[in-house]
Formats: sequence, structure tokens, C-alpha cells
Amino acid sequence: MTYWEKDNECMDRAELEQLQLERLQSTVNRVTTHVPFYRKKFKEMGIDPEGFNSLSDITTLPFTTKDDLRNNYPYGLFAVPLRDIVRVHASSGTTGTATVVGYTRNDLATWSSMVARILTGAGVTHDDVVQIAFGYGMFTGGFGLHYGAEKLGASVIPISSGNTKRQIQIIQDFRSTALVCTPSYALVLADAMAEMDININSLSLKFGLFGGEPWSEAMRNEIQDKLHIIATDNYGLSEVMGPGVAGECIERNGLHINEDHFYVEIINPETMAPMPMGEVGEVVITTLTKEGFPVIRYRTRDLAHLIDAPCPCGRTLRRMSRVIGRTDDMLIIKGVNVYPMQIEAILFDIEGTSPHYQIIVEREGRLDRITVLVEVVESIFFDQMKKQRGLVDHIKKRLAAELGIGVEVKLVEEQSLERFDGKAQRVIDRRELS
Amino acid sequence: MLQIKNLQAGYGKIKVLKNISMHVNGGEIVTLIGANGAGKTTLLYTIAGMIKKTGGEIVLFNRDTAKMPPQAIVKSGCCLVPEGRQVFATMSVEDNLYLGGYVQYKQQKNYDRAGELQSIYDIFPVLEERREQFAGTLSGGEQQMLAMGRALMGGPKLIMMDEPSTGLAPLIVKDIFQIIIKLREAGNTVLLIEQNAKAALGIADRGYVMETGKIIIQGPAADLLANNDVQRAYLGRDVDDINASCEI
Repeated sequence: MTYWEKDNECMDRAELEQLQLERLQSTVNRVTTHVPFYRKKFKEMGIDPEGFNSLSDITTLPFTTKDDLRNNYPYGLFAVPLRDIVRVHASSGTTGTATVVGYTRNDLATWSSMVARILTGAGVTHDDVVQIAFGYGMFTGGFGLHYGAEKLGASVIPISSGNTKRQIQIIQDFRSTALVCTPSYALVLADAMAEMDININSLSLKFGLFGGEPWSEAMRNEIQDKLHIIATDNYGLSEVMGPGVAGECIERNGLHINEDHFYVEIINPETMAPMPMGEVGEVVITTLTKEGFPVIRYRTRDLAHLIDAPCPCGRTLRRMSRVIGRTDDMLIIKGVNVYPMQIEAILFDIEGTSPHYQIIVEREGRLDRITVLVEVVESIFFDQMKKQRGLVDHIKKRLAAELGIGVEVKLVEEQSLERFDGKAQRVIDRRELS
Repeated sequence: MLQIKNLQAGYGKIKVLKNISMHVNGGEIVTLIGANGAGKTTLLYTIAGMIKKTGGEIVLFNRDTAKMPPQAIVKSGCCLVPEGRQVFATMSVEDNLYLGGYVQYKQQKNYDRAGELQSIYDIFPVLEERREQFAGTLSGGEQQMLAMGRALMGGPKLIMMDEPSTGLAPLIVKDIFQIIIKLREAGNTVLLIEQNAKAALGIADRGYVMETGKIIIQGPAADLLANNDVQRAYLGRDVDDINASCEI
């Protein structure tokens, strides 16, 4: 079992908490001095940064939201002068306008180490050829993984996203051993290879590190089966750093959080109260070592839970579950909370469907209606209607049981739904809500 | 070895330390840097038990020091090399050293005073040459060595040094820092306070930067050396920039 920074990844809890407290206190001291936004907010809320005595006192600090970042566009939340910033990134703008983040030289070094940790945990070593099919540019995914893989000493192929044919050719010709992209794009690649009649066993691929969007266990199995790789999940977001916040080890049972650099809380997104250990809630992250762009209690809108049990890999860093959805892609249909991930998990479970789907939400009169478009394998369309209808009924039943509401299901031909190079857009909301 | 949580201390009504948390692991050189009046010395004196804390906790060798008087802290294996040497000027070098191990000599049956003395002379041969001399007649650098030797006489596990470079010529400072590195190599743990931030970070494993009684930055010494705030405030990197702007 190899680690990148064993001392930090296998600390005992008391030692780690002392370090977290020290780092949290100095971060609070720094943002109070250097970031007017926090200084003002602390003052308004009557918070004395000097009265910050334990990690649990973090709950007295204010949250930082995406809107706070937008209101301070572009540089308002930087804690150092711009001349100390050596890199600027912007969020991918999954929802709404972009937000800007900056890194000092030390921040970049830390970031690379964090990513190197996650690559190492996922099985990648300096002998690997890492094909990075995340978008480069303002998005943190490409550059984040790139510098981490370089720090690890792997051979990095900065191919960026898109151009599936070329990706496949490079995988073949350059004998890439590790693939880095979104999980949905991994499936796009797998399908394209199947269509091109490529023998997967002729490839050198061993590892896949996927992130950037929520995905399910079933989708992991599908990717592992189709590409014959060990597929791990990793997590990060540009607002707190980028990739490298947390990542799965080979055990593939939760993502180890780099807790010496990030303090993670799980809260109830409605009441903001902390959730009990192990229960799902919104992930809230405080940076402990960032110099250029520290954030206090950033509300990620990602939903996950913490795992307290020790991991067989030996890392003592606490794990978080995969992100099971986002607070903002939660659909409220007829008063019921529905997460697209729930639907995805079921579709993956049913034989005869392909992993591509789309959820369409419409409003008829006063009633919301969900229609799930599912691609099915070709053979079903050649078969009798009866079989098709049976499949539709089966999916409907499973979905109704899981979601608690009725859902329309339509089968569509293979390859008829739009494919995405980056984050897949699974939900189309046609309701005009005001 | 040493864990400090939310330490508060001061003089009368004046709060100097405001929620200091830090730790020192065995075998490390940890440095605490900061401008005059940041509270560095107060912190060391509070750890040594010479100033009473008003809040927080200090755990030294897994023991809470709240109820330990200074001599008990020394006995437990933590010693202080004070700023400005403070050797006993009218006593001989050797007597100064004996005093450093006095608690151990009086209270530990198996304390090997002659052996300890010889090991100090091995580290600082110049002290052996001057063993009979009054300490007050030593040069500044020699007095610093004597102060360090005096602290080492008790065989401490943690050595705290307050500004060992003060008032010394650059060449002597280099010697003193070389000795600190040797102390670590010999398995000692050092908490070093310095205004000479560059030199201190150069030899330390980790560092803390103090400002007005608070820790504002902490981390591996190399990171602090590369931190622009630290460079501007303590390493004088921007002096050239300032000069350049004056010329215009």
C-alpha cells in the first residue's frame, strides 16, 4: 500500500484535530485581517475571532455561498494582493455566472500535492501514462489533475476534453494507463470503442479517475466492466481549490477527505443544523491552508454523508460518500423531493437499458410531470411491442417505488440522446416557474 | 511533545496572547517568528511557567502544566535559554553550567554531572578552554554558548530558545545556528524564537508566524519562506522595491 504523504494521511485523530484547530485559527485570523467581506460579516454577527476555541466553534461562523462569491466578482474575496497571485481560475459555471478564484505559488504546490495524494490512492504511480480528458482552461479539472500527475512523476497527456475519436486513438497509440475525465464521458468513450470494434484487452488502461459530476455505483460497475479498469471517484470544486479535496482509494468505498487542508461539515440544507454522523446533507467546506483564496464554511450544494469507520487502506483521513446529488438539482415534483441520481441508479439496475437517459420536467396546468427518456439496446426495438411495453412498465414500477411518485417513461433508440464531453446535462426543466 | 490549545496570557489587564494553538513534535526544530511585541517571549515564558496563563491549556510531555511551578517544568525536561543570555556574570563558566543541572543534581540519584559537563564541553570546546573564567568576561557569542550549555546540563527533552542571535555578529550567528542543527541531529527538540526569520526558517522544520498575539500563518518552514506576506513582513524582500520607488 503506498501513500503520497504518509505522515499526513495516517495521522492519529488527536494529532489531526490539533493541526486542524491551529490551521483554522490562523485562517480565521487571516481572513479577518485581509478580507473585508469576512471582517464585516464577523462584526455584524458579533463574532470575536479571538474567541474561537475549538473545532466545533466553527458552527458559529457564517456560511459563504456562491452568491457571496458572485457579489465579490472578480477579486473581492482574495486574501492577498493580486501580485502574489500566480494563477486565476473560474468555476465552470454549472449554474449561473462564473466565480473567480486565485492561487499563490504555495497554493499551487499544495494543490499539486493534494492531487498527487489522490492519484496515488487510486493506484496511479510515476510509471503510469495519464490521459487527462478534462477540459483545460478556466475549469480547474484539467490543470488540477495535470499538475498533480506531474508532481507524482507520471507521464501526462494533456489532451483536454472532446474529440472522442482522437481520445481513443491516443489511448491506443500512447498506451495510456490512466484515464481522467467525467464518468459520463468515460461511457461515451466505452460506447465509441465498442462501435469501432476495439478489443478492450488490447489497451493498456488500468485506472480511471472520475469526477466533476455525481455518478452512481451502478455506473461505476458499468465503466469498470466496459473499460476493464479500476474506476475511482474523486471530488473537488474550484471554489475551495479544485480536484484534490477528496478521493477514493483502491478500496472504492468512500472518498478520503484531505482533512489536514479542508474541514468538512455536513449540514441540513434547510435548517443549516449539523447532521448526525453518517446522515446525508449538504457538504460545507472550510479551507485550512489556502493563502490566496481562503473560504469559510463554503456551501457546496453537494449532497453526501461522512463515513467514520476506519478504511482498510490504512489512511486515517475520514471518508465522505460519493456525491449523491446537488441541493440545486433536487427537483420538487408534486411536493416530493426527487434527485436525478435516484433515477439513474434504478436505470442502471435494469437490464436492456443503456446508461444514457434524460429527465424532462413539464407542467401541465397545475401539475408537474416527469418523463424519463431511456435509451435501450437495439435488440429490443426489433422485438415485439409486448416486450417493450413490459420493460416500460417494469421501469415505471421501480421508479414509482423508489421516488414515491408516478413517472412517465419513454424508450428511445440507442444513440438518440445528446452526448456530452464534460458534465452531462441530464435534466431538462420546462416548467416556467416564477 | 508540546501541545498548546487556545492559550491566553498577559500582564495585568493587558492581554498579550490571544488564543494561541500550536504544537511541537519530538525531534523537530519549530520556529516562532514575528515582529517586536507580537508576544513571542510571553509565549515562551508562559510555557516555562514564569507567566501564569489566563486561559487555554498547555500539555507538555502528555501532562497538563497548569499546576506545575517553573522548577517542576524544568524538571520534567523543558528548559529555556533566555534572551540576552543572562549568564551569572560573576561566577565561573563551570559554575554557571553546574547551576543549569542543579535541579537534576539535587533530585536525581543517577544524575551523572561530570558526564553531562563533558558532553557540553564536547559541543562547545571554547567553554572548556574558559572553564575557570568569570562568565561576564566572555564575548557575546561565548555567552550565548554558555547559556545554551547551561540549559543542556539538565538533559532536557525540549529546549526553548529566545532570540539566540540577538546582538551577535553574523559569523557567530551562523555558528549558533549550526549548533542548533546539531542539537536536532542528536535527537533534541527545539522551539526557537527568532527575529532573524530567514535564518530561523532556514534551519526549522515548521514555523508559526505571530502577529499581535495571534498566529496568522503556520506551516512547513519552506512554505513560510515562500509566502509573500512573510517575505514582506519579516524577510525584507520588498526593501528593493521600496528603494526603487523612492528614487523616482
